[in-house]
Amino acid sequence: MIFVEDKEIVIPGDILADEEYNSGRGTFKENNKICSSLVGLVAIRDKKISVIPLQSKYIPKRGDVVIGEVTDIRFSMWNLEINSPYSGFLPASDVFGKEKRELNRTFDVGDVLFLRVVDVDEVKKVKLGLKGRGLGKFRGGILINITPTKVPRLIGKKGSMINMIKDETKCEVIVGQNGVVWVKGDPTMERVAEKVINMIEEQAHTSGLTDRVRDMLATLLGREPGSDDSEESENSEIEESEPEEETKEDEGINPNEG
Amino acid sequence: MIIIITNTNLGTGTETSGRADNRAFDELRKMKIEAGVLERADGSAYLEIGGNKVLAAVYGPRELFVRRLMQPNKAVLRCKYNMAPFSVDDRKRPGPDRRSVEISKIASEALTPAVFLEKFPRSTIDVFIEVIEAEGGTRCAGITAASVALADAGIPMRDMVVACAAGKSDGKVILDLSEVEDKEGQADVPIAIMPRTGEITLLQMDGNLTEEEFEQALDLAINGCKIISEKQKAAIKNRYGDE
Repeated sequence: MIFVEDKEIVIPGDILADEEYNSGRGTFKENNKICSSLVGLVAIRDKKISVIPLQSKYIPKRGDVVIGEVTDIRFSMWNLEINSPYSGFLPASDVFGKEKRELNRTFDVGDVLFLRVVDVDEVKKVKLGLKGRGLGKFRGGILINITPTKVPRLIGKKGSMINMIKDETKCEVIVGQNGVVWVKGDPTMERVAEKVINMIEEQAHTSGLTDRVRDMLATLLGREPGSDDSEESENSEIEESEPEEETKEDEGINPNEG
Repeated sequence: MIIIITNTNLGTGTETSGRADNRAFDELRKMKIEAGVLERADGSAYLEIGGNKVLAAVYGPRELFVRRLMQPNKAVLRCKYNMAPFSVDDRKRPGPDRRSVEISKIASEALTPAVFLEKFPRSTIDVFIEVIEAEGGTRCAGITAASVALADAGIPMRDMVVACAAGKSDGKVILDLSEVEDKEGQADVPIAIMPRTGEITLLQMDGNLTEEEFEQALDLAINGCKIISEKQKAAIKNRYGDE
């Protein structure tokens, strides 16, 4: 017996099915019944029933790539905040090898890094590493936080969603499994990407999202010149000063972040 | 006097109950729950019942920096109940007092059995219950709101927790006491249950009841909880727009 439909919203304690089904993620068994433990959408695959959470915290897993911020420098490691209940550490030996150097010259507090989770031990110490393609420190750009469970939705099938955003906005976009997204490009385009990503997060549980994202990108990019003009002409009549201000902003971001 | 407790005559209010606000003996005050009202909290809920206005916010699971509280095999659920100075008629001195410390403790104990704390070892889940306006029954309102906020934060739970009070005022056993009924009444029995299994996670009694009256009060409160439970469910589902 099954009491719910595929993609139905359930809440903790809802009875999903009888025992003939297998209990998957986000569910638990009690008195021969499978119940939901989360607020989420039901996913039925064959005889396996699971609940995809609408909201969650990132739990570090070996092999994940994450975006973290340096919060502390210790004698031989950096401590990083990775948007999770467990903070991570990056051993100095992973960056320098056997060489001894001052840690804060390489990465200082506030720097944002792209890392790999090397190991999570039984006491939930998260060891991070920088070995791998594309891993390292970010210079410039903006950070956007989304719910970690919505990361697959943002990436899309074989990266379809994320590639669309990259192509349309001409921004570099990097998504960490921990729900932190880094976007760098033209400042106005960064804003567009931010809006789109936030929209994806809000509507991740609905279907037909890819089309709506395409529409939203089109309107945001199509209207850009029009809306920008009207806004700017109200604020200031001297249009020539605009580009200058923009470049200043661009330069301003780099030293802050980098 | 024989009191028949059924689901059907709930909220009819046809017979004059003699209650100050003309409610039937088994009628709840008007209520409203909304989930996800705070931007910066991981989960939040706003609840109104009668003259009570309560906000609950949940942060976490997050890193626990107080080493001595840390549990190696599970998360710690910390609750803080606080009443705003303007929440009552006479200004309440801000800060924790005997009563709010007690309610913080019982709220965390009422919620703990429902939460899968073992999924987040060495971390903490922080629940804040802020009473903006008080009119009797804030602890129940607080627990009910906190449970919605926990679900909204995506914290895995066995079941929702829902709280409601029954008691005795003017010699009658009644549901959901208002401030006056609580103060002038003979007894107040706040309970919290997990509605699916009916497990009781909080049971307090202030005042005197006979064994029979206590049974009546308990049944009334459990029925009240079940009604509130439906509103909780609706509040969470409403947040995501459909069904």
